[in-house]
Amino acid sequence: MTDKPCNLFDVGHRACGGCAAALAAKLILEAAGKNTIVVSATGCMEVFSTPYPETAWGVPWIHSLFENNSAVASGVVASLKKQGRTEKVIALGGDGATVDIGMLCISGAFERGTDFTYICYDNEAYMNTGIQRSGATPYDASTTTSPAGKCSFGNPRPKKDLPAILAAHGAPYVATASVAYPADFKKKVEKAVNIPGPCYIQVHAPCCTGWGFEGEKTIAIGKLAIETGLWVNYEMENGEVTRVKKVRRKPVEDYLTEQKRFRHLFRPKKNDGEIAKIQQIADRNAEKYGTDIVLKK
Amino acid sequence: MALNLGCTAKPGNARDNKTGSWRVFKPEFIREKCTQCGMCTIVCPEGCISPDEDEFPVPDYDYCKGCGLCAEECPSEAIEMKKEEK
Repeated sequence: MTDKPCNLFDVGHRACGGCAAALAAKLILEAAGKNTIVVSATGCMEVFSTPYPETAWGVPWIHSLFENNSAVASGVVASLKKQGRTEKVIALGGDGATVDIGMLCISGAFERGTDFTYICYDNEAYMNTGIQRSGATPYDASTTTSPAGKCSFGNPRPKKDLPAILAAHGAPYVATASVAYPADFKKKVEKAVNIPGPCYIQVHAPCCTGWGFEGEKTIAIGKLAIETGLWVNYEMENGEVTRVKKVRRKPVEDYLTEQKRFRHLFRPKKNDGEIAKIQQIADRNAEKYGTDIVLKK
Repeated sequence: MALNLGCTAKPGNARDNKTGSWRVFKPEFIREKCTQCGMCTIVCPEGCISPDEDEFPVPDYDYCKGCGLCAEECPSEAIEMKKEEK
């Protein structure tokens, strides 16, 4: 490796083995190319890629805070515009920085129509600080701030639908993707950076440490999320859903049993009531986006 | 440690950090079974698998953390994870 030129997202970063966020960063830069400036919020991605004075980034990269990621990106866009430069600006944040803390600045940047792409790698909790629940944590997942126990089945609230919120801002392109389908994800990133105006991609990034599965299963878990209907891959252009990944749906149990964060639903005895509620969420997703493959009669 | 102006760092100098030392299981690539589909190169979160002069994928063991994602996703089962003796 040392005799090869630096990759856009290079080796030597300190992500856990099998980290989907690291894979996402690699895929994003492969798709966006070297003519890119990345602004990154605090989070796992920032911590594992840039312990000072090391950096795994081969493109210009700026660290901001949790809350002002989009504001910093807006400033970079304004400066590039003034100088007549054509670099693409990508703001990267985890789900905590995106759906909880950064909401205000993201909403502001989308409302101003800033020409940038915001990519959220959604690992469904604050993983960097030790698996605290966020607005993107799914229903019944056990985290350190929503622990399952005698009086609780884990996180009591469903996921916040941020893509819909940002589509409501009039964003020209909003998409969801998964690291389990790398080619699809890269295509969406390429599309987003080339569309003028604020674009948003939320990429599902299974976290082996936080969700409790082996690192080698990252892609398999990502695929199961889509096959059970708990994650939907779709594209929204000007507020309309234009493309949806269709699946032959599996029961949600197939996805839940693979992860430690849902273990309380099966031990000491199976909790059919709660599993039925999660199945309902998947059913609603399938109905809303029309993900089920219907055989012609 | 003295900080640079603006806390800047040179691109890609994370290479000083040889993450291969984390590894417990080592992926062994079996050439006879490999179809050069490139799946391992795509899914490697380290980005440390690259093709050699014969287009066969080769991991860089200086950085491979041994997560096993390549072996799990290889469609022709051409990668085996073996416990490493150090």
